[in-house]
Amino acid sequence: MSEPMRIRATVQGDVADVRILMRHPMETGQRKDAKGEIVPVHFIQNVVVTHNGRTVVDAQWSQAVSRDPFLGLRVKGAKAGDKITVTWTDNKGDKRTDEATIVAAS
Amino acid sequence: MRARNVALALMLIASPLGAQRDVDGLSVGRQMLAEDNPGELWVQRGERLFYEKRGPKGASLERCDLGLGPGKLEGAFAQLPRYFADTNTVQDLESRLLTCMVELQGVKREEIVANRFGTLDKDSDMEALVSFVASKSNGMKMNVPLAHPKEREVYKVGEYLFYRRSGPLDFSCATCHSDEAKRIRLQDLPNMTDPKQVQAVVSTGWPAYRGTQASVRTMQHRLYDCNWQMRLPDLGYASEMSIALTSYLNHRGNGGVIQLPGVRR
Repeated sequence: MSEPMRIRATVQGDVADVRILMRHPMETGQRKDAKGEIVPVHFIQNVVVTHNGRTVVDAQWSQAVSRDPFLGLRVKGAKAGDKITVTWTDNKGDKRTDEATIVAAS
Repeated sequence: MRARNVALALMLIASPLGAQRDVDGLSVGRQMLAEDNPGELWVQRGERLFYEKRGPKGASLERCDLGLGPGKLEGAFAQLPRYFADTNTVQDLESRLLTCMVELQGVKREEIVANRFGTLDKDSDMEALVSFVASKSNGMKMNVPLAHPKEREVYKVGEYLFYRRSGPLDFSCATCHSDEAKRIRLQDLPNMTDPKQVQAVVSTGWPAYRGTQASVRTMQHRLYDCNWQMRLPDLGYASEMSIALTSYLNHRGNGGVIQLPGVRR
């Protein structure tokens, strides 16, 4: 079971600043565990970010991205109350979707 | 000849800049990390673990008394370590959570201690719980009491241990932590005799997400590691010695505004 993402989205003017923290081991397939056996490759392959249902990012990732990855982006034409959803899919087919509401920057 | 002059000039320009970077380069990186501290993921997980029914007794930690009454978390970290009547000892956050998990949830103490520090293969529940509880005191000031005789005693023991040199290297905590501008490789060491620096360590230092370890580490881990660095025998988890040192440091950090979890190398 995967842990929820942490998504912060604040808007200033009509540009939203979206910051996403994901919990994922992002194994490169090169690390050995305590028993000396290679840990199989396990990483997020695809990340999709949507703003009110419209795809704003559709990214292909590799195992070069770090453990517990962070993704930051800015979305134009956003306003407070809009929905941001983030979905990642990893190479084992595991999937996770989380949603956040854009709030006005303080 | 001309090329050599140019090279020399470049070196002269470069050196003061290089010195500047040693001071500020790391803090810039830390600042960038702190804005989106991965430690927040541990806080999130800790919150879920705290309210989830777990262990052989199938209980949550909602009835855990961290000093301010069962389930009262706001400001609890700010007043730890403190004396607890039910165990008749002074306990820090981690030893108190340990007590709660054993008493309320029926988890075996050895099990928790074996998994006290997470690895890349297995997360530690304790590190998540500590992050969550500590974050509930954010914005408050450290205010560790010294009212009970036991609290004063433990504080005194901590002070003694802080200055006591021992082990094959004849080190004390104070060897590294009682002078300005000491460092281990690139890591600046806080001077614990300066109130401002102790405050910073205890209110914004630990628990912290450590980039090099891809995990949150706690004060118990910091002390354990310091002990190892001094080549002393392994510091027992939630041992009297670790709590005495925590008590000494946390009390002297009173007044520091809490912002946790922190971010460290």
